[in-house]
Amino acid sequence: MAEPKIPLWEVFIRSRNGLAHKHVGSLHAADAAMALQAARDVYTRRGEGLSLWVVPSAAIVASDPADKEVMFEPTASKIYRHPTFYEVPDEVGHM
Amino acid sequence: MYTQALNARDTTAPVAGPEEAARAARFQARIDAEERIEPNDWMPEAYRRTLTRQISQHAHSEIVGMLPEGNWITRAPTLKRKAALLAKVQDEAGHGLYLYSAAETLGTSREELFDQLLAGRAKYSSIFNYPTLTWADIGAIGWLVDGAAIMNQIPLCRCSYGPYARAMIRVCKEESFHQRQGYEIMLTLCRGTPEQKAMAQDALNRWWWPCLMMFGPPDAESQHSDQSAKWKIKRFSNDELRQKFVDATVPQGQYLGLTFPDPDLAYDEAAGHWRYGAIDWEEFKQVLAGNGPCNRQRMKQRRDAHAAGAWVREAAMAHAAKRARRAAAKADALQQAA
Repeated sequence: MAEPKIPLWEVFIRSRNGLAHKHVGSLHAADAAMALQAARDVYTRRGEGLSLWVVPSAAIVASDPADKEVMFEPTASKIYRHPTFYEVPDEVGHM
Repeated sequence: MYTQALNARDTTAPVAGPEEAARAARFQARIDAEERIEPNDWMPEAYRRTLTRQISQHAHSEIVGMLPEGNWITRAPTLKRKAALLAKVQDEAGHGLYLYSAAETLGTSREELFDQLLAGRAKYSSIFNYPTLTWADIGAIGWLVDGAAIMNQIPLCRCSYGPYARAMIRVCKEESFHQRQGYEIMLTLCRGTPEQKAMAQDALNRWWWPCLMMFGPPDAESQHSDQSAKWKIKRFSNDELRQKFVDATVPQGQYLGLTFPDPDLAYDEAAGHWRYGAIDWEEFKQVLAGNGPCNRQRMKQRRDAHAAGAWVREAAMAHAAKRARRAAAKADALQQAA
């Protein structure tokens, strides 16, 4: 039985005012309206959120784990990007 | 609700070149460092297969687990109990869906996983092949079956595979309600009429041994645990988890004033553990082999539900395709007009 595959969606929830939407999981739905409805039923049964995003999984572009070092390693040596790199005399007080 | 350690050892040996061995060593080093493995990371094929099987069996168990409880929704004794049972059964559906999603990240589609269950190629927990004969069984399932599930699932929150661990965290939070509502049903029955208390005792008598079997075969006979432990999929052995469950549950049953159906059950002062009698592993094997009291009924209900829902899935997809076509035609028309 070759049923057509129902598209996959990623679900994001904003749990409280002022917070960002956070990825919580995924689900299958034929279209956006059904994806939202299913996200409500599957991921917010106990007041988990105030707002939902559903995004077609195929629309997400991800970095390749194999490129992890090339992508993220260079920042490790750039300690001058952090405030603690700079010396401020104690007499100046909090800055 | 629960995953059971049923998997036979994976016998398909990987082709081990030096490169493969180096990758496998790096992978094991990440696991040893308590790093989480994510879907796009390299992983040994056996790790992928083991997890796909375990997570999908766990998902199937949640879905099939709705059937014995669904049996009592229309006959719950009060509106409060009915609302709670509905919410619990809905949770089980949700747990199944979280878990199918986690399994899919390993590269097998949900449709394939469904097919494996419906074709009888995938297993689900043995416990759901027992019937729910009275209302007290709903109490016993919540208290004992969900209690056993929690014992098993809490360590899975630290499983090495990220999506599985995260799904388990959500499941465990919700499972606590299930166990408490079950225990409250038992408590109410035990404080009721002699007939009600007898009903609670009868449920304990029937569910106790199958619940101990939920943890899977004894360590001496369980072949696959070593590798799962090394991969940090399984953090405690079957017997360790079973013992934890017995230690936690016996005092709860004593508080209810019920008697466990095990004449050998005795407290071992020196070890600080409740010692239980011999488990009938032949019964366990029979249930797993498809010969439990309700195996055929459960599978028939799942197949019927899937077949009965086919037109809904088709209609939803046809509707989505129609809407997409219309939107595309409208966009074309606008472009030409411009």
